Amino acid sequence: MNVLAIDTSNQILGVSVMKDGEVAGELITNIKKNHSVRLMPAVDQLMKETAIAPSDLSKIIVAKGPGSYTGVRIGLTTAKSMGWALNIPVVGVSSLEVLAYQGMFFDGYICPFFDARRGLVYTGLYNQEMQLVKAETNLLMTDWLEELKASDKPVLFLSPDIESHQEAIEEMMEDKAVIPPKALHVPHPSALALAGQNKEAGPLHALVPNYLRLVEAEAKWLEQQGKK
Amino acid sequence: MIKDNYILAIETSCDETAAAIVRNGRELVANVVASQIESHKRFGGVVPEIASRHHIEQITITLEETLAQAGMQLDDMDAIAVTEGPGLVGALLVGVNTAKSLAFAKDKPLIGVHHIAGHIYANRLEKEFEFPLLSLVVSGGHTELILMKAHGSFEVIGETRDDAAGEAYDKVARTLKLPYPGGPHIDRLAQEGEETIDFPRAWLEDGSYDFSFSGLKSAVINKLHNAKQKGETLEEKNVAASFQASVVDVLSTKTYQAAKEHQVKQVIVAGGVAANQGLRKALKSKFDGEDIELLIPPLRLCTDNAAMIAAAGAVAYQQGHRAGWDLNADPSLSLERYAKRSLK
Ligand SMILES: [Zn+2]
Repeated sequence: MNVLAIDTSNQILGVSVMKDGEVAGELITNIKKNHSVRLMPAVDQLMKETAIAPSDLSKIIVAKGPGSYTGVRIGLTTAKSMGWALNIPVVGVSSLEVLAYQGMFFDGYICPFFDARRGLVYTGLYNQEMQLVKAETNLLMTDWLEELKASDKPVLFLSPDIESHQEAIEEMMEDKAVIPPKALHVPHPSALALAGQNKEAGPLHALVPNYLRLVEAEAKWLEQQGKK
Repeated sequence: MIKDNYILAIETSCDETAAAIVRNGRELVANVVASQIESHKRFGGVVPEIASRHHIEQITITLEETLAQAGMQLDDMDAIAVTEGPGLVGALLVGVNTAKSLAFAKDKPLIGVHHIAGHIYANRLEKEFEFPLLSLVVSGGHTELILMKAHGSFEVIGETRDDAAGEAYDKVARTLKLPYPGGPHIDRLAQEGEETIDFPRAWLEDGSYDFSFSGLKSAVINKLHNAKQKGETLEEKNVAASFQASVVDVLSTKTYQAAKEHQVKQVIVAGGVAANQGLRKALKSKFDGEDIELLIPPLRLCTDNAAMIAAAGAVAYQQGHRAGWDLNADPSLSLERYAKRSLK
């Protein structure tokens, strides 16, 4: 069982190759560079080094967002069309779930989030078993913290964008918030492979990004229809 | 005997998700276009993010339909070609990353194609090229005169300095409150109306093959606006006919002059506006009796499709052009930059 995992949903570019449940290789960069230019060379390099040909793959796992619309589409398009060409299953995993794996051993709730600009975040709440206890959503960080501060257990916050929200979290959550050092806020493609390996692949054609947000023009249009 | 070659091409530069297979660069084997027009209509134009979202939903379905139509497998293909630009970046990215994935998965050569080169090569599916040839490319995003002295060589000898002809059509159509896309509606109205208003024609400097349509566009909008303020009503069909007469006059006259100056053997019309009846008629009468062959592609090959990308890709493939795994979408890729690279 050879698995390829791909994550380009946010700034981090991650590729991982797993052989029979073992991580054979993993490649991560956390730099502001173009995913479209760099993803396929990264996949090519890692597969060569781990001596796996595309035809040896039995499954592809991809981070399906939320995140940058374009970034999510680059990874998902690649996974989807490679899976189609090789006739193998493709599993989409929420990018928030991948990030939550960084808190696997935390005794409490895990709150992964990505900044969505203008005070908004993409987020959800996970327990230690990696089950979603509060559905993924796109909302104002202040509203989200308002919801979380009544939590009966401590909450671990994980995000590549932690810096811009740290103050607000500490202020509203007080001693209920746990924020690890910066280096631990990077989602790993091996965690993506782990998260996806036992998930059922749906119909390939129907695999689409987890945007968590309507296109602005569409949202406005729907609003206008409602007013009519 | 030379073995047949098959190119599978993908085109997602705007609002059509398209795939096609072409044999030996000239024979159409399969051609599938999934149009999103219905989805964008309510917004009065293409919303880039919505286009990108549709592309990712449609891409593998479109590919599967294409192979089924051809009765072939991905393994039967000799190369994968894709539009790398120009176009909407988010939309292009879906096609580019799909093509890279197919080529990588099946170890096939990957070929990047310029969208306009594709529009020109759509004609080669109908008729073999004879050089030198001149191509008039007119679409929503382009108005260009391109001189070709050989396969894969493109020299832009004239281009629009502001709006593309198709853009002017869309804006005038919007002012006339015609449904999106407005071009075909204006063309239809123009056939019924008469040229009663003398709209300006931008000839620019002597000897220039460049175009300009923003002045004309403003003139039409002002005319309609002034009439409204005075409480007059202008006949819609006559406005359409007068506007179209100005566009078509400039396009056909400059094309004719450039064709004569460069002594071309063929004149090729390409791009979405090539479907325009007024333009077709004007060009036919200009070149009537001339020793220059006028080629206008059938309507289904005028609008965006992947067959044209496969046709252009086949030539690039035979000329040895190969893209690397770092191929990117380039929303403003110039034809000349593309030509230089594809000839290396
Ligand atoms: Zn086009």
